[in-house]
Amino acid sequence: MGTTDVATETDAHGGEEGGLVFHPLDQFIVEPLFGDGPIHWYTITNVTLWMALAVLCIFGLLVLGTSRRATIPSRLQSVAELAYGFVHKMVEDVTGKEGLKYFPYIFTLFLFIVFANFLGLIPTSFATTSHIAVTAVLALAVFLTVSVLGFVLNGAKFLSLFWVSSAPLALRPILAIIELISYFVRPVSHSIRLGGNIMAGHAVMKVFAGFAAIAAVAPLSVVAITAIYGLEVLVSFIQAYVFTILTCVYLRDALHPHH
Amino acid sequence: MAQTTEAAEGLDQAATGAEAAGGPGMPQLDFSTFPNQIFWLVVTLVAIYLVLSRVALPRIGAILAERTGTISNDIAAAEDLKLRTQEAEAAYQQALADARSEANKIAEETRATIQAELDKELATADEQIGAKTAESEKAIAEIRAGAMDAVHEVATDVAREIVTALGGGADDAAIEAAVTERMKGQDR
Repeated sequence: MGTTDVATETDAHGGEEGGLVFHPLDQFIVEPLFGDGPIHWYTITNVTLWMALAVLCIFGLLVLGTSRRATIPSRLQSVAELAYGFVHKMVEDVTGKEGLKYFPYIFTLFLFIVFANFLGLIPTSFATTSHIAVTAVLALAVFLTVSVLGFVLNGAKFLSLFWVSSAPLALRPILAIIELISYFVRPVSHSIRLGGNIMAGHAVMKVFAGFAAIAAVAPLSVVAITAIYGLEVLVSFIQAYVFTILTCVYLRDALHPHH
Repeated sequence: MAQTTEAAEGLDQAATGAEAAGGPGMPQLDFSTFPNQIFWLVVTLVAIYLVLSRVALPRIGAILAERTGTISNDIAAAEDLKLRTQEAEAAYQQALADARSEANKIAEETRATIQAELDKELATADEQIGAKTAESEKAIAEIRAGAMDAVHEVATDVAREIVTALGGGADDAAIEAAVTERMKGQDR
């Protein structure tokens, strides 16, 4: 369908509902922060703003929060230590001791996603992780790193990841094809899972917000927004967790390719 | 997919302003914003990584290590103090036992000393009593001897008088012998 089709469809829809305005996707528009010019790669946009805020929050929590280095931690320091311990334990449990070398990278991913998700939940804010461009880069970075690391650490033995030696010999080639496909689908599912979850949640909230314009359903709409907001808070954390633990799982494959 | 690409291209052509991008197409598929997002994402990730690896992670790691150290030190100190308490209690019990045995010894010695003194005093007293008794017996014996002599004399005199009074010639020697004879029989 072309642009115009959708536009007329929306117009017709809006007319039916009596002046309802549905622009659930407007919140995802990338626009320059200053002025109205074209968006170059270096333009300072709302993406820049909200990513910078994420960096500031991470700095505030992990650096300013721990500045006193107290043996008995303050609340902020406790949160910082909990985050550290949470991801550290995850990396150690999934990849083993050898994986701890990559802990800073994984912690970077986790913190970025979790803060971008939560900052995106602030009304009128911009959810950077709802963009496939962002999540795809994250997922591709993980995918490429893990693939390169797998070959560097294990050489050709890394290919045994696709050769299921515990299966009957006749099945192995078929399984190898399936394994190969699933391996290359990883970055796709990895990125769309995160971006899709965040985008869908925000869009649904916006749709319910649009219904709030009708007085009869406004209370229901407000309740629904509240409920979905609660769900989105959960989703924000869970998606960050899922992304991180999948990263750990992929990393484990690179470190120990044998089934 | 082709349709969405078409839409994105349409958006690209229609002056990538906010209004145009805000059209019905998904802003996520507006490829004109991809370089911008990717650039800032990379900047952000590098910034976070630098903050973490240079400052935050070493610091938090050090804090956690220090806490673990402090806790194990405290536990060791508590263990040490407990041992010392046990030692002190043992020493106290030992001192108590020593003091008790010392007291027993002193009591025993005192009792022995007193007993010895008592025995000595008793011996002395017995000796004195014995001496007194011997003296008294001697005196009594003397008195008795004196009394016997007197009785002998009186008896001799009385016998002589009686003999004279009866008209017999008094032979002193005979009377003497007779009295002695009689008194011997009386005496024992």
